[in-house]
Amino acid sequence: MGFPHKHLIDIREYSREDIMTILETAKTFKQINERRIKKVPTLKGFTVVNMFNEPSTRTRSSFEIAEKRLSADTLNFGGSGTSTVKGESLTDTVKTLCSYKVDCIVVRDKHAGVPRKIADISGVHVIDAGDGKHQHPTQALLDLYTIWEAKGSFEGLHVGIVGDIGHSRVCGSLIPALKTMGCKVTLVAPQTLLPARPDVLGADGVTTDFNGILPELDVVYMLRIQRERFEGAPYPSLREYNMLYGLTQDREQYMKPDAVICHPGPINRGVELDSYMADHPTRSLILDQVYAGVLVRMAVLYLLLGGSDNGADS
Amino acid sequence: MALILRNARLIDPQVGLDEVADLLIRDGRIVEVGHDLTAKTYVERDLSGKILVPGLVDIHVHLREHGFELKEDIASGTRSAAHGGFTAVCAMPNTTPITDNALAVEYVKARAAEVGKCRVLVSGACTKGLGGETLAEMGDMVAHGCCAFTDDGRGIKDTGMMRRVLDYAAQFDRVVMPHCQDDELVGKGQVNEGVASTRLGLEGWPAEGEELEIMRDIALCRLTGCPLHIQHLTTKRALDLVRAAKAEGLPVTCEVTPHHLVLTEDHIGDDYPTSLKVNPPLRTAEDAAGLIEGVVDGSVDVIVTDHAPHAEWEKDREFELAPFGMIGLETSLSLILTYLVDKGIIDYNRMVELMAIRPREILRQERVALEAGSVADLTVFDPNIEWTVQASDFLSKAKNSGFIGYELKGRATDVYVGGYATMENGVVVE
Amino acid sequence: MTETNMVKSVCMSEDEIERSLTRIAHQILEANKGADSIALVGIVTRGDLLAKMLVDKIEQIEGVRVPLGKLDISFYRDDYLTYLSPEVHSTDIPFALEGKTIVLVDDVLYSGRTIRAALDALMDFGRPDAVQLAVLIDRGHRKLPIRADFVGKNVPSSSNENVRLFIEPIDEFTAVEILELGDGDRIGSAPIAKRGGE
Repeated sequence: MGFPHKHLIDIREYSREDIMTILETAKTFKQINERRIKKVPTLKGFTVVNMFNEPSTRTRSSFEIAEKRLSADTLNFGGSGTSTVKGESLTDTVKTLCSYKVDCIVVRDKHAGVPRKIADISGVHVIDAGDGKHQHPTQALLDLYTIWEAKGSFEGLHVGIVGDIGHSRVCGSLIPALKTMGCKVTLVAPQTLLPARPDVLGADGVTTDFNGILPELDVVYMLRIQRERFEGAPYPSLREYNMLYGLTQDREQYMKPDAVICHPGPINRGVELDSYMADHPTRSLILDQVYAGVLVRMAVLYLLLGGSDNGADS
Repeated sequence: MALILRNARLIDPQVGLDEVADLLIRDGRIVEVGHDLTAKTYVERDLSGKILVPGLVDIHVHLREHGFELKEDIASGTRSAAHGGFTAVCAMPNTTPITDNALAVEYVKARAAEVGKCRVLVSGACTKGLGGETLAEMGDMVAHGCCAFTDDGRGIKDTGMMRRVLDYAAQFDRVVMPHCQDDELVGKGQVNEGVASTRLGLEGWPAEGEELEIMRDIALCRLTGCPLHIQHLTTKRALDLVRAAKAEGLPVTCEVTPHHLVLTEDHIGDDYPTSLKVNPPLRTAEDAAGLIEGVVDGSVDVIVTDHAPHAEWEKDREFELAPFGMIGLETSLSLILTYLVDKGIIDYNRMVELMAIRPREILRQERVALEAGSVADLTVFDPNIEWTVQASDFLSKAKNSGFIGYELKGRATDVYVGGYATMENGVVVE
Repeated sequence: MTETNMVKSVCMSEDEIERSLTRIAHQILEANKGADSIALVGIVTRGDLLAKMLVDKIEQIEGVRVPLGKLDISFYRDDYLTYLSPEVHSTDIPFALEGKTIVLVDDVLYSGRTIRAALDALMDFGRPDAVQLAVLIDRGHRKLPIRADFVGKNVPSSSNENVRLFIEPIDEFTAVEILELGDGDRIGSAPIAKRGGE
């Protein structure tokens, strides 16, 4: 009885059953989010720290709403005023936080491996909200939830992931998670946007022929192009990127009639997606993903904090 | 008074020696090698069951003094060396101030003479401030005892400048030891590019970032004729480049570290162990196997540690923020004994070549051999001691070893420098 | 969890359950002067089935089908830390609570904690005019100031016994049984065998 994990740090540690438990639990939270009093007392008395060492309005907001709807007390820790900026080491910062007797740390950091380190130092539940280029497991879970709701199952689904895979922490979790659920995954990107070994993440194939692969895809997952990294960018211009890898209206002719579109947000309209596709009434699941983010994060908090060791050693 | 070391198995391929015998030492030099030796007045030590070889030399060590004494200093670094069985180390110039002038060379020599527990050979920078732009005063440094030149820690980016370094250094009969790293290609690389970089979501440090620069420096060696010693070589293809250069007759040598022989990128687990963050990075299992082949066939000239001490808090950081490097002086001999000699991959003769003979030749140091007249720099080890590497056991100020917890077989027990014991029975002599 | 508990006795047969529910249906109508303002909400996983049976009976008696809902209280439990059920069932209350008299329906009333949680959960859905409680079994041992308005049967029990309702179609038979409590067993509803509950 109970959930067999203390942390959510590496999605590769989660079995198909674990992931289905999360998705099914997420689904039960839907009704709570749709009634007038969008709150249950489950985590009353728990303190959850949102330690965001790099800016992320969306993920942090989503976690904060999830925590509040479960009645947890939340502490937002991070941003430009943090002690890490003042030269305090991560270890000392985490030990300081633990002295407040917190129950769970949700961490976003620009450096890979930080969530595991925090778990080792703190002993409390740790949820990775994105670490460097490594992983972003709750994003992968909300993507899975969205795909599951839209498609009914993962059986036989072919997912194409398009764009900057090499710099994407989303892919670090999403690709292995899709493989765990039995999907086929093809990456669509020029080599400048790929990791050194896509096979290590579990990708079944790589192509640069977007039009050629589109007719096979059930889910087209568009990644965000980092506009801010444009100097010395791995592509000559946003215009050319859009031409080769943008999901535009004129590419709809190649898509399966029931193919859906996902994007982790925020969207660069006119770069990876045009407005026709981003706002497509039947294909675009982008806002469903945002909603799923709250449900899935509520489910993860509910399951982890009440999980196997009952948080007793915190 | 004389010192007689009795009953050790003496091994020295330079003189074709491998037998249990005695050594008579007086005034810092070996007087006689033979059986049942005696003298008018002497002290003796019984070394039965142990092996005695010409003193080990590590030609790639960061002693950190002056400037980074929080990490290591000459007193602790040379004690660490003695504890590991070394009679001499070559100190790298990337201190503060940088060893790019005669005064800095003299400083290291003076401190070593005062507080050192082994000989300290001093390498000088090739370029002022390790900046890669202006030649350092190599001639003056040589006049003050500098034994080699290196900008270790970074590559000399400008090909024209590297040519100038080699052209200029050629007049001094000193080797230039490049740290081969193409900055543009390596960028912010953290671990080997490929499986490790993808799995860990870290910037990749591609093998080609090393190989391209080795290729360039070999070409410049051909152009200038200056002896070239490639530091901490890590890939199979890089070693092939050195092999080809040697076959061509170029004065090219190279070194490898025990950690690149024993560890691979696969050892870097998802706990992101910063002790395994080294530069160049741990490579693939094929590369490690290729390096071992080179150790066996002679393409690898020297084993070095690249002993790179860092304070505990510096390594207890986010992987990407932690500094590169691991310490090695106190595990090097035992790792080679455990992973190469005990497994029958190389014999003791080859080990002595790699760790005692070739290092001296490359740094133009006086030959040390187990024969009358030679300086009595000697390393004694017990090949049968089984021990577990523990941080608390290190005499280095730093604990950033990638081998803590490893069970090793064979360990240095006694070290003599100029006939004086610096370590006896595993304890550094104070 | 495997069911190793010894069955000590059957305290209600299928027929007795049927008769009790018929009586409770009459009592509910009598107490509320008809079916006009009432709605039934069953607590999963067996109270919801009893609620549905009561709604059927009320329809037979009064000719009116009163609104029916079901309530899962997982997120409102006060023993979340010691008893996490990873299997959360759905809540479905397809009508507004405002102005209605809600009859909460559960199988066994024991400590009262489940009802406390159910009241909290219910209040988060809206503001009913009144809440009443109907249970098939009241086995005593209350820990909170809660009492049932409608009781099928009072069953005196000891705290090392478990009183459980089994009901078709989720169980293989319909009866209320008193079981010996084994080591580590938890007092409460039986797991649902059909869903392969552990």
